[in-house]
Amino acid sequence: MIAAARTILRKDLLIELRTKESVPAMVLFSITVYVLFHFGLDRDSLDGELASGVLWVTLLLAAVIGVARLFAAEREQGGIDGLLLSPVDHTALFVAKATALFLFLTAVELVAVPAFGLLLLGPGLGGAFPELVAVLALGNLGVAAVGALVSALAAETRAHELIVPILLLPLLVPVLIACAQATEPLFRQEAVTEDLGRWLGLLTLYDVVFVLLSVAVFDFLLED
Amino acid sequence: MYSKGLAPLAAATVVTLTTAFALVFFYAPNDADQGFVQKIFYVHVPMAIVALGGFVAGGVFAIKHLRSGDSSWDMRSYVAIHQSIILGLGVLVTGAIWAKASWGHWWVWDEPVLVSFLVVFLLYCVYYPLRFSIEDRERQARYSSVFAITAGAFVPLNFVAVRMAESFTHPRVLSQTGGDLPGDMRLTFLVALQGMALLFVTLWKLELTAKHASMQLKKLRNRARVAA
Repeated sequence: MIAAARTILRKDLLIELRTKESVPAMVLFSITVYVLFHFGLDRDSLDGELASGVLWVTLLLAAVIGVARLFAAEREQGGIDGLLLSPVDHTALFVAKATALFLFLTAVELVAVPAFGLLLLGPGLGGAFPELVAVLALGNLGVAAVGALVSALAAETRAHELIVPILLLPLLVPVLIACAQATEPLFRQEAVTEDLGRWLGLLTLYDVVFVLLSVAVFDFLLED
Repeated sequence: MYSKGLAPLAAATVVTLTTAFALVFFYAPNDADQGFVQKIFYVHVPMAIVALGGFVAGGVFAIKHLRSGDSSWDMRSYVAIHQSIILGLGVLVTGAIWAKASWGHWWVWDEPVLVSFLVVFLLYCVYYPLRFSIEDRERQARYSSVFAITAGAFVPLNFVAVRMAESFTHPRVLSQTGGDLPGDMRLTFLVALQGMALLFVTLWKLELTAKHASMQLKKLRNRARVAA
């Protein structure tokens, strides 16, 4: 199973490296949203809850793009039949897709978070490390698990580009709550850590529930 | 097959709901500080509880469907979620009226029950576009069931998260909906809750019966056409 998952993951990463479709688009999108927030809020620099809210809303909206494209190759080129004909466990497929999404999100954040620090964040990113990395990692894991599930659910519907955002975003409300609340004290003028364990705990609970749930129900998707 | 016991059930619903309304207007006292408007509580809270119960039931039926592959469970899940969404709309509307009357605003963000209910409602609304953008019947049932289970697991998590987000700044005054109601209010509330639950089950059975009948009719028509 692990070998199968690794093969599918390798294929997805190779496709992404060659076509450069998802990650650059997500980065571009994030920076555009920062510009929108700059004008929408009419603020040159943000701190505290405004800063963490803008960062997380932007990252989650960028994640929508990645989720919508996650099964693109399979859907458009008929690759899904190939995958289903091969003796590959559905769990392997889920693990591969979720890992790919996790890596995409990480790659996006490597650019989008420093860009946020540069463009909008008043206090600078210095005070937020290393706690921010833990929040980002746990957040990404939750988004990756739910994203892979949503992507598979929407992959074979007619209105797929419509289903992904309206299904994904409500499901991510707890992630937004936990991440934004955890990051808010880190982005204050005087960075502090406050209730961090509480929010990381909530994120961990969310991640565990949705990873297990996705593994359990993934078998019933993409059949035939 | 679904219509068994529908008539007595409907009768019980009418009796219980009439009793509930009689109790609400003639028996339960007016609330000391909210006055008459507090009576919307006897509609709003039972509706919310029954709607959430319906969502959970939809998830349980969905699990049964995926386990057995029997599409009648999918039908049960679909109708339960469908009815709960309609009730959910009622919950949001009555909640807004109550909030306006007692707090002065149509919507209050610092009430976690209200906010998490909105998120749950928004999520379940996606059930329709998801279900009806899949043409293949068997796949439609399967995907809808996966959605129903995922959303069912999401409901408690979401309540926890939203409550945690609000609980620092605002003290909770939830005892209002729970334990320490005075006796006459509590009796009225329990009868109203039972009436709402009966109404839900009656409508659920009725819709299932109607859906089943129209499916049978379609089958018979097809057979008649083939025979002709």
